Amino acid sequence: MAKKTENFERPDGRKLNELRPIKARVGVIPNADGSAIYQSGDTIAIAAVYGPKKMHPQHQQDPAKGVLRCSYNMMTFSVSDRIKPGTSRRSTEISKITEWALEPVLMLDKFPGQVIDIFIHIIQADAGTRCAGINAASMALAHAGVPMKNLVCSVSVGKLDKTLVVDLTKEEEDFEEGEGPTDIPVSMTPDGKITHLQLDGKIGPEQLKEVLDIGKKAIEEIYEIQKKALKEAFN
Amino acid sequence: MDKVMTTPGTTGERIREYLESGKRFDERDLLEFRDIVIEKGISNKAEGSVRVKVGESEVLVGVKMDVGTPYPDSADKGNLIVTAELLPLSSPRYEAGPPKFPAIEVGRLIDRYIRESKFIQMEKLCITEGEKVWNVYVDIYSINDDGNLLDAAGIGAVAALKIAKIPGYNEETGKADYKHMTDKSLPLEKEMPVTITVHKVGKSFLVDPSREEEDLCDARVTFGIKGGVISSIQKGESNAIDFEIMKDVIDIAAKSVVELEKKIEKALK
Repeated sequence: MAKKTENFERPDGRKLNELRPIKARVGVIPNADGSAIYQSGDTIAIAAVYGPKKMHPQHQQDPAKGVLRCSYNMMTFSVSDRIKPGTSRRSTEISKITEWALEPVLMLDKFPGQVIDIFIHIIQADAGTRCAGINAASMALAHAGVPMKNLVCSVSVGKLDKTLVVDLTKEEEDFEEGEGPTDIPVSMTPDGKITHLQLDGKIGPEQLKEVLDIGKKAIEEIYEIQKKALKEAFN
Repeated sequence: MDKVMTTPGTTGERIREYLESGKRFDERDLLEFRDIVIEKGISNKAEGSVRVKVGESEVLVGVKMDVGTPYPDSADKGNLIVTAELLPLSSPRYEAGPPKFPAIEVGRLIDRYIRESKFIQMEKLCITEGEKVWNVYVDIYSINDDGNLLDAAGIGAVAALKIAKIPGYNEETGKADYKHMTDKSLPLEKEMPVTITVHKVGKSFLVDPSREEEDLCDARVTFGIKGGVISSIQKGESNAIDFEIMKDVIDIAAKSVVELEKKIEKALK
């Protein structure tokens, strides 16, 4: 029998809408123009921003606007089974997703012919790595002083059997009872502009709308933490 | 926000002048290391992991293990695999893409330094002779490059190996069982090897160069030393070192490594 929503218990005892403990800090890489580390539970992402700077190779320059170039990668030892060094199909896709998630808040038309490089590395993984990466990258951009319309915040909402929960752990992603797990990473600005949405699993349209509402609430919390970390650095 | 990719000539000249009178920009002695900070357990899925800071240079090193097959010429020994990545995250000098020579050199040098020092008792990492042995991966990532990443990587590799715990072994599947880690450490020699690189700038010799000093380096010699015994050497860069002077370099390495060992021991506590 599928468990009822109201008495669903999460393996780590969190409430359904409770995020994992978050630690965020900027200015962690002295060489970078902007940098941040973002930890959500056992997932840790570090990000560095270099730029805006002249785009090389030159043929990739866009005379109309600047280019955002993201690179997401997991460290070999960030998961139980060692990952081979170098890029994979998965990391290539997440790099692109991250660009799409962040571009809407950047004023790239102010930087024709230039590039903003963001490098994201996952030091330790317990699900939600792309979200942690986007959160770190967004903070690193702000730390670099790149003009932004807003921060971007990211969280994964999950449907475990029939129950919606925020910020899945790996253990929850592997949940097998009832309808199984559905993972819905979403990124948006605190004023509700969605810049990234993915879904793996199954869900009805009405419940998916509910996912967005739950995601929005979680994102408001993340925004406050990001903002606090940035303010601390500039005090 | 463009950054300078090399140390400009005027700064370089001033650094050279300083060095000749035995001084450095950061007031260190020529044979003095910067402060070393080692933070253990920075990644919980790794069998052992550390963050090492030498001044503002920073590396992360993780040790992973899995079950593999031995090489035909070492049928009863485990395998050691060392890789290093100089991340574009860590400096505007590094570009994305396949590893280039500097990163490959760090990986190769650390590999030989660990291997030749016989720090890991590889024969104790054999599960079934000729069939199954433990692979030990040491993966190194640069986080911030302010010079001398090589020695920082060496410190990190040894520190991560020291704290690593061996995963469980599932007899049925013949694979590592990460859910049931043992509390056994790797079979290591008591004495730890230390890597130290002596840099030649003009007529001066120094250790632990800052990024600017490293840019001016005419030649460098990297030593792997364990208990006063040298077990690996590599001379780098394309300037010759006179053989009498090389003898001085050997003395400098042998002398400086004592202080460095103390600093590492202290940081490990």
